[in-house]
Amino acid sequence: MAEQGVAQVWRRIKSMYKGVGNRCETCKTYYFPPRPVCPECRRKGKLVDYTFKGLGKIYSFSIVRQAPEDFKRQIPYIVAQVELDEGTRLTAQIVNVDPEDVKIGMRVRACFRKIKEFGQGGIIMYGYKFEPTMKVTGHE
Amino acid sequence: MVGIVGYGVYVPRYRIKTTDIAEVWGDFSGTIGKGLGVFEKSVPGPDEDVATISVEAARNAVKRAQIDPRDIEAVYVGSESHPYAVKPTGTIVAEAIGCTHDMTCADLEFACKAGTAGIQMAMGLVKSKMIKIGLAIGADTAQGRPGDALEYSAAAGGAAYLIGTKNPLATINETVSFTTDTPDFWRREGEDYPSHGARFTGEPAYFRHVEAGAKSLLKKTKTTIDDYDYFVFHMPNGKFPVAMGAQLGVPKEKLEDSLVVRQIGNTYSGSAMMGLARVLDIAKAGSTIFMVAYGSGAGSDAFSITVEEAIEERRGEVPTVDDYIGRKTYVNYATYAKFRRKIKALG
Repeated sequence: MAEQGVAQVWRRIKSMYKGVGNRCETCKTYYFPPRPVCPECRRKGKLVDYTFKGLGKIYSFSIVRQAPEDFKRQIPYIVAQVELDEGTRLTAQIVNVDPEDVKIGMRVRACFRKIKEFGQGGIIMYGYKFEPTMKVTGHE
Repeated sequence: MVGIVGYGVYVPRYRIKTTDIAEVWGDFSGTIGKGLGVFEKSVPGPDEDVATISVEAARNAVKRAQIDPRDIEAVYVGSESHPYAVKPTGTIVAEAIGCTHDMTCADLEFACKAGTAGIQMAMGLVKSKMIKIGLAIGADTAQGRPGDALEYSAAAGGAAYLIGTKNPLATINETVSFTTDTPDFWRREGEDYPSHGARFTGEPAYFRHVEAGAKSLLKKTKTTIDDYDYFVFHMPNGKFPVAMGAQLGVPKEKLEDSLVVRQIGNTYSGSAMMGLARVLDIAKAGSTIFMVAYGSGAGSDAFSITVEEAIEERRGEVPTVDDYIGRKTYVNYATYAKFRRKIKALG
């Protein structure tokens, strides 16, 4: 089943790699993942593509210690709700921080990681995870 | 004139001490670091590979260059650990950093010098005015067979260079190469780990090719060692570049700043390019840099580079090599084995 996942991975590349969502010009709301229709404005909504800056903070998180087979190499790992600066929230893994150091409100930035492999011979899905902003010059 | 219009690096967060590796194989003397000139090496996380490292380095390069990524018309990724045997890493990088689809792209392999081969290819396209800006990346998650000498140095990291003509941060004055068929190090199709000729990797391989590349560049540019402020040689370990420098008559202090191998190990295709980035992070405008990258198999690419004034105003935009070297978390051998897929039962 090496071909598994091909279409779904390809369809999401823009969103997964670059954080492309959309924004309703009518009510100024941001959406990620992109929506086909603005649920607020419906017919009056006007959605345009928007590339998120990839900065935000941890809204809530959970530490995963019992993982599916594909993710066993990573346990314990952190899955969080990240609130982006534009206002929308999304679910993502948090990396580059130990589970005991992660905190609600922690400032994070999007980084590029391997999300999933469809078996040893299958496609590799890449995309965003989040990491704490480095305390170095220019990281934000 | 063609030059480096932007550069960026990435080094994974995890480190393992070489003494910890030595103890697993029965060497409790604690002297391995000093012997090799490698005290710790970077280890990629379980979700990091050459594509992710390349994207992070390229994003840093684009940010520093302050260019529109749609102006990049060629992407070359040099590595010997591309995630796919067939399917270019460069396409993933180009899409992730927002390049135009109207561009050329390819993956390269020449052991540890595939990244500098990419720089030369981008230079050719820029100089012939076929493209405005080319992106050349050298990145690796190097493999070392458990218990083999390579395990102490095979590390992970990458460096990305944007090559163009507009407002360069450093000018590339000249480049030359030296190439022969020398079987010092190889990995056959389907093999997990490379093989090498042990002591053969020194004299007839590394030293011969780096020296020939260096001398050829000095001859072509009609310069001497004294005309350069900084030297960067490929760093398979901490000893070879220092010995090469001594052989060529390079004062120690001119080589010192590039020796990132001591803290992060040999990042293979990223090695010399990472050393160059470390120098670019600190060099004053007008400084001259002499770099020789080496790739087993074997060949060397030598570059003469002059740092331009524009570099100073671009500092502080993205993390430096030292920022990444300083951001570290140590792991033990068991965790390292788990992350690097040395535990086969996990799949």
